[in-house]
Amino acid sequence: MKSTGSSSPDTTRPGMPFWLLAELTYRCPLQCPYCSNPLDFAAQGKELTTEDWFRVLREARAMGAAQLGFSGGEPLVRQDLPELISEARRLGFYTNLITSGIGLTEAKIADFRERGLDHIQISFQASDEDMNNLIAGSPKAFAQKLAMARMVKAQGYPMVLNFVTHRHNIDRIDRIIDLCLALEADYVELATCQFYGWAHLNRLGLLPTREQLERAERITNDYRERLAREDHPCQLIFVTPDYYEECPKPCMSGWGSIFLTVTPDGTALPCHGARQLPIAFPNVREHSLSHIWYNSPGFNHFRGDGWMPEPCRSCDEKAKDFGGCRCQAFMLTGDAAATDPVCAKSTHHDLILAARAEAETATRRIDELTFRNAPNSRLIARVTPT
Amino acid sequence: MSRERIPRWRPGYRFQWEPAQEAFVLLYPEGMVRLNDGAGMVGELIDGQRSIAQIITTLSDEFPDEDIGGDVDDFMQVAHEKHWLQFA
Repeated sequence: MKSTGSSSPDTTRPGMPFWLLAELTYRCPLQCPYCSNPLDFAAQGKELTTEDWFRVLREARAMGAAQLGFSGGEPLVRQDLPELISEARRLGFYTNLITSGIGLTEAKIADFRERGLDHIQISFQASDEDMNNLIAGSPKAFAQKLAMARMVKAQGYPMVLNFVTHRHNIDRIDRIIDLCLALEADYVELATCQFYGWAHLNRLGLLPTREQLERAERITNDYRERLAREDHPCQLIFVTPDYYEECPKPCMSGWGSIFLTVTPDGTALPCHGARQLPIAFPNVREHSLSHIWYNSPGFNHFRGDGWMPEPCRSCDEKAKDFGGCRCQAFMLTGDAAATDPVCAKSTHHDLILAARAEAETATRRIDELTFRNAPNSRLIARVTPT
Repeated sequence: MSRERIPRWRPGYRFQWEPAQEAFVLLYPEGMVRLNDGAGMVGELIDGQRSIAQIITTLSDEFPDEDIGGDVDDFMQVAHEKHWLQFA
């Protein structure tokens, strides 16, 4: 999340949910092995109706939400996406479509524009066709993405290109950036894989080595300098994976602080990874968003700092990083309230160090990863007791 | 920067009033800047038609006791550097 312009957090009452992430569906034609969707996505409940989404949009907007992301899965799979775009724009949202580009057509891009869609973000898996299609699990994905990126620009949208980088594609970061510049991206997100959902399952085959990461960052910085010299409007955003940090990230700018996700079946979450936590989260079918945001136990669970254990509790960074990421703490330690193991002060930091060491000698190939698809999801849901 | 230039928002950037924040904001892909009152007043006059000079004149009529010119120049400078604006 970039700047929100919000400054001093109000300690008595939570702030507004500036960001609404509408995960319209978990259905997706691609199978990226680092997908952040839950592993058991195939076992989730029925998708919300168009009317449900209209109500969610209305309520979120009334509460101050300004940014809206249509996401998934692949949001283009939802037949009512055009109507949702119209309604969101009518309400005054800045509307972002976060898509793989698969299923997009010139006619749809034009229709969405007329309906007021503000921005289209297209994700790529790599800078070259073979690698892209191998990771996406789709033989035609790359050509389609290129064509759609060109169309998005031609029709006057701003464009963000998102590349998830990992040990198999990060060494080609120069070619990735060159491709983005050739496509005239306004923003490029070079997001080193974070380890949630399917990415966590496949970590051994995805986490780059420190050397790979440092090289990629150096090359990105060289490009940044060049772009600045040319007063070029394209902005490169480089996301370092948590596994190479010593301080945890201020995850979601704090729990229940500015970010609200609604999942395909209506479960409301403080972040898109939180579903796996052993916490009961409310559903928009049963409660108003206002109740969910301000009063539900789920959203209040990790607000403030009363929940923090040591070393967070007495740490002078606690108002800066909020103890890090709750999902990461849970995945790595089994305790959602633990200090994020990314923190060098965590008693579990050795888990992070071990993962880094593992990356030095890992040999897992792309075709050995577990791809994100419904059969694999059902299999995982069966063998993982919940 | 010449005051004859005509500013317009960069494509994909939207300037609007946010009732919940009681402020003007500039929205762009996945981000938002909350503008202070002064910047909000300048922003309201950016329409791709008015020149910087015309914006200054309009605001000076409204606030005759203040030195508007310098503030508007500063805003244009910053907004251009951040690529919020383009000049026709």
